Amino acid sequence: MSASDLPILLPAYGEILLLVLASAILLVDLFLPERLRGLTHWLSLATLAACFVLTVQVVRATGGQAAYTFGGMFVADLMANVLKLVVYAAVAAVLVYSRRYLAERGMLRGEFFVLALFATLGMAVMISANHMLALYLGLELMSLCVYSMVALNRDSATSTEAAMKYFVLGALASGLLLYGMSMLYGATGTLDLTQMAQVIAVGQVNGVVLVFGLVFVVAGLSFKLGVVPFHMWIPDVYHGAPNAMTLFISTAPKLAAFAMAVRMLVNGLIDLAGDWQQMLVVMAVLSMALGNFAAIAQTNIKRMLAYSTISHMGFMLLGLLAGVVGGNRFSAPDAYSAAMFYTVVYVLMSLGSFGMVLALSRAGFEAEELDDYRGLNQRDPWLAFLMLLLMFALAGVPPTVGFYAKLAVIDAVIKAGQIWLAVVAVLLSLVGAFYYLRVVKLMYFDEPRDAGPIAPGRDVRWLLSANGLAMLVLGVMPGSLMALCLVAVQGLYPLAR
Amino acid sequence: MTIELLVFYVFAALLAFAGLRVITARNPVHAALFLVLAFFTAAAIWMLLRAEFLAIALVLVYVGAVMVLFLFVVMMLDINLDRLREGFWRYLPLGAAVGVLVVFEMALVVVAKYYASGTLPMPADPGPGYSNTKALGRLLYTDYVYPFELAAVLLLVAIVAAIALTMRRRKDTKYQDPARQAAVKRRDRVRLVSMPAEKKE
Repeated sequence: MSASDLPILLPAYGEILLLVLASAILLVDLFLPERLRGLTHWLSLATLAACFVLTVQVVRATGGQAAYTFGGMFVADLMANVLKLVVYAAVAAVLVYSRRYLAERGMLRGEFFVLALFATLGMAVMISANHMLALYLGLELMSLCVYSMVALNRDSATSTEAAMKYFVLGALASGLLLYGMSMLYGATGTLDLTQMAQVIAVGQVNGVVLVFGLVFVVAGLSFKLGVVPFHMWIPDVYHGAPNAMTLFISTAPKLAAFAMAVRMLVNGLIDLAGDWQQMLVVMAVLSMALGNFAAIAQTNIKRMLAYSTISHMGFMLLGLLAGVVGGNRFSAPDAYSAAMFYTVVYVLMSLGSFGMVLALSRAGFEAEELDDYRGLNQRDPWLAFLMLLLMFALAGVPPTVGFYAKLAVIDAVIKAGQIWLAVVAVLLSLVGAFYYLRVVKLMYFDEPRDAGPIAPGRDVRWLLSANGLAMLVLGVMPGSLMALCLVAVQGLYPLAR
Repeated sequence: MTIELLVFYVFAALLAFAGLRVITARNPVHAALFLVLAFFTAAAIWMLLRAEFLAIALVLVYVGAVMVLFLFVVMMLDINLDRLREGFWRYLPLGAAVGVLVVFEMALVVVAKYYASGTLPMPADPGPGYSNTKALGRLLYTDYVYPFELAAVLLLVAIVAAIALTMRRRKDTKYQDPARQAAVKRRDRVRLVSMPAEKKE
């Protein structure tokens, strides 16, 4: 074997560094005394920062072109690198937000950081997967870490129950996904997504078997995204998990799930778009309806945000299903970039709103009920204003970025000629606005009930401010992020010219 | 019908029977043992497909290690079967309806001529001196080195997660410190007491 047979490692430098440093942190943490536990926190943040910088350098080195390695199993195209950058940033924000919360509950242990870093590695692997085997292994790597993070608070019965539900349903979804993949392999004879697309494009594949496999793959995907009819785990897991873990689940893994959907459906199966777009229509409409209506009935803010996740992921699917119109891919980059923009923005909104739940919690008190937000304006006007921005963004009120994200997706749907779908989406978003604005009403027009001190650390306060104001800044100037998403999506293999 | 096809049908029927019994057996230990049977017959089918190494690995790893552990766990758990069966009849109609529908739909695809036994011929005889293990090893460490490494990371995470979820440091636990045991001196353990000899009465 000569040196030229070895895989080129450059595109995967970020992942390799993450793996090495996460393993190093695992060892270092073992020998740290309890009072130096904060060092693990800083080391984890430094690791994420290093991976961020290195990924930027990889983009520079490859010039934004798609770079394949490991026998075509790993792809570092612009979409992969952009999503990875957002994932690193999101996980870093999660660590900052959750530090005090975990410390107050005796959960600030090295395992939390190590599991979070390995979950990040799993997400990066998923985002860069160009082969179903790599995709599945990345998914399992991420899921396994997340299951155990949910259960990390061992003395809480609800956390354990949530972890158990998540684990069992997740295993079921993985089974469905694997069965679908095996059918696709049986039909096309390859697991490599690029080759699969080529084999299908030639057209000598049994269509029935392909669609049969596709159904199972879409079912597995929709579990990971958390859309109806595979949404049942979301409210229970979000509610049962410790707040810090809820923050983690509701942010970065959504980006990975989006990347997984794009890899499978667009990179591998774009010639079956006519079939999977129909499935996505049903799931999107049901998710938006169920998510928005069920959220109204919630009194717990974590459950409310959980149902809101379902509706937002349904909305994101609208972008994915508007790409191919009558076998024509001209509008695909616009539609997929709208979906990507929506996902990134959703992650920012979710980071902020769950970050607020963490910032308002204190030792022995979880700010989980909607009533805990009554009169927040009198207790801490700045935090109340940030929460107002976040709620406006989630509802899609104009000056904030949530409006622009919804607009881009609906624009894509209308261009695809699905007017009725756009009307339904707007109407259901209107329903959703009710429960977001109810939080604003509680904060500004009601008397406070809880008089406990609000004392998030200075770092949390700064980060929350940046997060909340980003809603406004991005809403006024969405152009650069939107352009970045468009360029990223245009670099996808089936859409590149 | 060749002899190979006959053997295949026998094992396939056995596999289906064993799989069915795994989920219908009343006694969990029996269910685990039927799972062992299912693994054995699956290994035999792989053997028919000339995947000797995988067949042996299935028997060694799953039957030899995993299932034995599994049996221990099943025997140690105190499972209340009556509580598990609660609501069985209530959920049966819906479950059965969905199940029958899924089986029907799957049968439409799988029984179609695409998966008929004639369309996928038996693998050709690779000739003497061909090593299945060598071919697999070569693939695993060259083309598939990336997923192989990922699987290794997955196992590491499993270890970390299992320890994080189960290990508790208790102050009152009695434990042995091998370093102290090895470094022990005679004077720490043995005390020579000189006593005056007693006279026999």
